[in-house]
Amino acid sequence: MKRIYVNEKWCLGCHLCEYYCAFANSGKDDMVKALKNITINPRIRIEEHNNISFAVSCRHCEEPLCVKSCISGALSVNDGIISINQDKCVGCFTCVLACPYGCVMPNDDGVMQKCELCTKNAGGQPYCVQGCPNKAIVFEER
Amino acid sequence: MKYVIIGNSAGAVGCVEGIRQVDKDGEITIISNEPYHTYSRPLISYLLYGKTDEQRMKYRPDSFYEDNGVKTYLGKEAVSIDKDNKKVILNDGTEICYDKLLVATGSRPFVPPMDGLDKVENKFTFMTLDDAKALEKAINKDSNVLVIGAGLIGLKCVEGICDRVKHITVMDLAERILPSILDKDGSELVRKHIEKKGVEFILGDSVAQFTSANTAVSKNGLELSFDVLVVAVGVRPNVELVKDIGGEVGRGIVTDERCRTSIPDIYAAGDCTESMDITADQMRILALLPNAYMQGETAGITMAGGTKVYDKAIPMNAIGFFGYHIITAGSYDGEEYVKKDGDSYKKLVTRDDRLVGYILIGNVERAGIYTSLIREKRPLSSIDFDLIKEKPQLMAFSKRERAKTLGGMK
Amino acid sequence: MPIDFLYPNYEVVRDQSRCITCRVCERQCANNVHHLDKELNTMFSDESKCVNCHRCVSLCPTRALKIVKTDHTFKENANWTGEAIADVYRQAGTGGVLLASMGNPKPYPIYWDKMLINASQVTNPSIDPLREPMETKTFLGQKPSKIERDENGKLITKYKTPQLELSVPIMFSAMSYGSISYNAHESLARAASELKTFYNTGEGGLHKDFYRYGKNTIVQVASGRFGVHKGFLESCAAIEIKIGQGAKPGIGGHLPGTKIVGDISKTRMIPVGTDAISPAPHHDIYSIEDLRQLVFSLKEATEYKKPVIVKIAAVHNVAAIASGIARSGADIIAIDGYRGGTGAAPTRIRDNVGIPIELALASVDKRLRDEGIRGNVSVVIGGSIRNSADIVKAIALGADAVYIGTSALLALGCHLCRSCQSGKCNWGIATQRPELVRRLNPEIGYKRLVNLVTAWEHEIKEMMGGMGINSIEALRGNRLMLRGIGLNEKELSILGIKHAGE
Repeated sequence: MKRIYVNEKWCLGCHLCEYYCAFANSGKDDMVKALKNITINPRIRIEEHNNISFAVSCRHCEEPLCVKSCISGALSVNDGIISINQDKCVGCFTCVLACPYGCVMPNDDGVMQKCELCTKNAGGQPYCVQGCPNKAIVFEER
Repeated sequence: MKYVIIGNSAGAVGCVEGIRQVDKDGEITIISNEPYHTYSRPLISYLLYGKTDEQRMKYRPDSFYEDNGVKTYLGKEAVSIDKDNKKVILNDGTEICYDKLLVATGSRPFVPPMDGLDKVENKFTFMTLDDAKALEKAINKDSNVLVIGAGLIGLKCVEGICDRVKHITVMDLAERILPSILDKDGSELVRKHIEKKGVEFILGDSVAQFTSANTAVSKNGLELSFDVLVVAVGVRPNVELVKDIGGEVGRGIVTDERCRTSIPDIYAAGDCTESMDITADQMRILALLPNAYMQGETAGITMAGGTKVYDKAIPMNAIGFFGYHIITAGSYDGEEYVKKDGDSYKKLVTRDDRLVGYILIGNVERAGIYTSLIREKRPLSSIDFDLIKEKPQLMAFSKRERAKTLGGMK
Repeated sequence: MPIDFLYPNYEVVRDQSRCITCRVCERQCANNVHHLDKELNTMFSDESKCVNCHRCVSLCPTRALKIVKTDHTFKENANWTGEAIADVYRQAGTGGVLLASMGNPKPYPIYWDKMLINASQVTNPSIDPLREPMETKTFLGQKPSKIERDENGKLITKYKTPQLELSVPIMFSAMSYGSISYNAHESLARAASELKTFYNTGEGGLHKDFYRYGKNTIVQVASGRFGVHKGFLESCAAIEIKIGQGAKPGIGGHLPGTKIVGDISKTRMIPVGTDAISPAPHHDIYSIEDLRQLVFSLKEATEYKKPVIVKIAAVHNVAAIASGIARSGADIIAIDGYRGGTGAAPTRIRDNVGIPIELALASVDKRLRDEGIRGNVSVVIGGSIRNSADIVKAIALGADAVYIGTSALLALGCHLCRSCQSGKCNWGIATQRPELVRRLNPEIGYKRLVNLVTAWEHEIKEMMGGMGINSIEALRGNRLMLRGIGLNEKELSILGIKHAGE
């Protein structure tokens, strides 16, 4: 299965992935319209420290602790992609407790959101990958 | 192969999904004394709170049984197991043969003997969908509710009904709320937050006697009047089916790391079992949905001939009240690192170069990174603990490790 | 505070209606032009720091930014231009030599653009490169002066002298590790390897990681002899003695000690923090005879297996100098025109010394042919080859191959802001700061280089086909394929071409 892989050697800490993620999941057709005067809440996040930076988003684990832990059945695996049914989610945070990478977080409505590899928006290659200027984030079969 | 599962909650569903990872064809039968499609028990408080409904709180889609080829006996109770003839006997006399049996019978509310309790008409426990439905019928805008028990169940019940009743009083024998998961300081923060919603706490006290259908007198002499009583002091595991046929039972049903009981071809999972808490090195009942699912899955895979072990059990809880979140895991015996910052509270507990427990209140972002340190028994000397103390982050791990987890390096 | 006489050259224009304050401009500018005012939640810029490198413009996800030339002006003066005045202010302020980088930007004539290429019509029909084989391979090195046969009377086709085999007549010119980054070097090395051509170490030695690209590497021996040792000479495909550079003929080089850090110090084989000063002349070369000694020392050291290149800047007597080099035993002459790039050079020298490569090439090729020694050497030229047409014209004028430097850097992302000397290249090319070097991912960089050269190769084939020529070597020195436009008699005569219409 194709996954997002991150190579911190090439991460510039530019945070563009976060903005492309927020745009992709905004449902809007224009980045300015989507993100102007907004504090973004992306599903991919940059960690930075001492000139090291890298992006972190859902690893789509083969043994997904978040799915196994989900108390409402909102998280499920479909063709290897871990997705969330926000309609079922009650925002109990058990997935936050379980995810070893810290990749599930609440959306602005208090239910959980996570990277779903842009399968629920415009589709194609995930936007964070498209938006990365230095191929620090790639979408590959390995 | 005939698989039979007694129970229809997380352990049972985990078992079905575990079996189907290995065996696509075997016959699976689920027996449950509740007449419902599998639903999430912990969601009953959210149901009352209005965050979910009966349809959405189904733990798996409507087609779950059909998709997985599961035959169900819903609303039927398994009354005994004939281990010699490998049969389960139901309350209507039906006998169901098994090759492999999972006991996932869960637990039931514990109602301690209290003087005069029989006088109280409007008394409820808070465990099942039926409990929630009954409670919902009994309450209205003018109700005064007395909740006995300031633990997880009691307080989730409080959150669920808070906006739908006039007043809630919570009484607990313990000096603080959520004693099983919080320390004193954390407990106080959470209590203050819940109190803001008008909930009244009476701690370090208990009911001495119910003097009428609507009145209780406490040991400290307080007289409390109420319209509705909720008893949520604790639960007891449903171990009888196994105990009756000579299976080994401690606090809960004893299982090994592949979820086998002491009786051949009988497995157990979920709240009815006890498991090894790796943060305290002792057998405990870890009555938590994620653990139940993972035990069930392990049992299912094992029953179907696959290989899987369940050996990373830890106590862990994610709970929130009125948008204020708490995540805890592990045990709290060890060296402490505490940080308070406004409404946020963090305690990390380390012992023998390991993180063994933590409490996060308020800011619970990325808590799973801490959980993982506990589960994986990661030596703290192998990570940058100063960074981990600051916040859960992958930056604390080595470059090489990140290359594996994030970069797909083998 | 003293008066700052200098007004910023550029204005950073931000369309506030498009700006989403993502701060990528701020994070990506090593010159600290942009900053977020948190109170106003608005990005601001300090254009006095802007070098117009377009990093922010290119990365802005909403295209909210552009850089424009300021319209602030001095009183109109055709002689004392704003630039001339500002240079005086600068030097009056600092007392220092003006420094610049990349190639001469002054509006001197560009002879490439005054030459036109022929095409076949009716007779001698053109060739369609999509249908017919088309050869762009060429060999650099000394060629035999006569046909030789073996004892059976068969032609001896194998060269007795070492040759460089190029699949396209394009090589990457000398840029040292130090003047450009590790990642830029890796990009060049990988591209040269994939394209089956060569890149050049410049005078900075060869990083140990790049020895594996040795068969596509030309190593340079220059006046400072930095990084030269046995393994270095043995690792490569050819050795280049650098006498001069088009951007700064007659002077040496100076890499300040602050840039001699880590692997650069190791690769150059000098202590950390010492200035790397390449003298203006080679202290052992004062005559063609001296040059011959160095050529043969290097050949001796490498068992006559590797061709030796001598690189000079195009200066007034270039033809006579080339003649000398062709007699020194060198296999290849590289000539660098006055528009050639540099990581740092005194502005006045870069802008006023040397001659155009087109004229230098024409006169060198003619001189060597007149003297009957053209076969002694191959001629490689560089110094602002901008596109495939420049290459076709260069080969028709007599070059065997070209070096590209600036075009290669452009492919890697360079925006010709000409601030290499600051060491703060926002594109990760002319810098050693790790956080900036990281911006050039060789995985991307090498592919862009390969793309560029592959595209040019296609175009060269198209133009060759149009002329009815199916081999690049058949185009070499074929000046009949060129016509001048808008050139005077003298220029036409030096270029050895007819005027359009003749």
